[in-house]
Amino acid sequence: MDVALINPFINATIKVLETMAQAEAEAGKPYLKKDNIAKGDVSGLIGITGETNGTISVTFDSGSILKIVSKMFGEEVTNLNSEVADAGGELTNMISGQARRNLEEEGKVFEAAIPSVVTGTNHQITHITEGPIIAIPFHTEGGSFTIEICLES
Amino acid sequence: MDLSITVLVVDDFATMRRIVKNILRQLGFENIIEADDGTTALDALKKNKIDLIVSDWNMPKMTGLELLKTVRASDEYKDVPFLMVTAETQKQNVLDAVQAGVSNYVVKPFTAEQISDKLQKIYG
Repeated sequence: MDVALINPFINATIKVLETMAQAEAEAGKPYLKKDNIAKGDVSGLIGITGETNGTISVTFDSGSILKIVSKMFGEEVTNLNSEVADAGGELTNMISGQARRNLEEEGKVFEAAIPSVVTGTNHQITHITEGPIIAIPFHTEGGSFTIEICLES
Repeated sequence: MDLSITVLVVDDFATMRRIVKNILRQLGFENIIEADDGTTALDALKKNKIDLIVSDWNMPKMTGLELLKTVRASDEYKDVPFLMVTAETQKQNVLDAVQAGVSNYVVKPFTAEQISDKLQKIYG
């Protein structure tokens, strides 16, 4: 996978959370993920096509998504309900959009599908292509979340 | 800007409808109707007097662009201001929306100030 494709997603994540939830997200060290078990409770998954094809997922633990959604809604949210899951999908959509915007400036054009959402402890994330899965952990005030990028080589 | 107008917020994600509605309320709008995609938006247009449409682009069944084209092709709603709220920013998408008669365009992620600014531009 072209590692130059990774940074736009890190920058997009930081910008989306800052703009929509006034939340600071600090990126950890990217690593190669070997299994399909999600590192959290709510995952948004979106397919992208264009320069290459693949999927992007964003998996939030309950602490991070509840804090982020509380800030987005302007009121405290304490349960992982359907609205919170919905928000996970929409945040994934926005991160994908922002990253694609950054990539387009470099001449790399991608299109995205409509995001889907999976919830539950130890749920699975199925990436549609067989490329390596690059995972980027993030820390926020409420907890952590992980972005996974799986693109065809 | 007349804050007593009726605004139709169209998005397949309830979360985004809630966020957009919250922002519109912060800006002073009180009459807000929701629809979860383009087809239900057309139903809402038939049943209510809508003065402003704020729509997502990427929706199942009928996209925001298809909704915009349908609205602009109709006799009844063709002049209703249409603000597209979307993560889509490819140049071709923007051109398609402009050609279809979009009134203005807000890119996700957005702030309340950006929505306010776009509405000010629509209403001059």
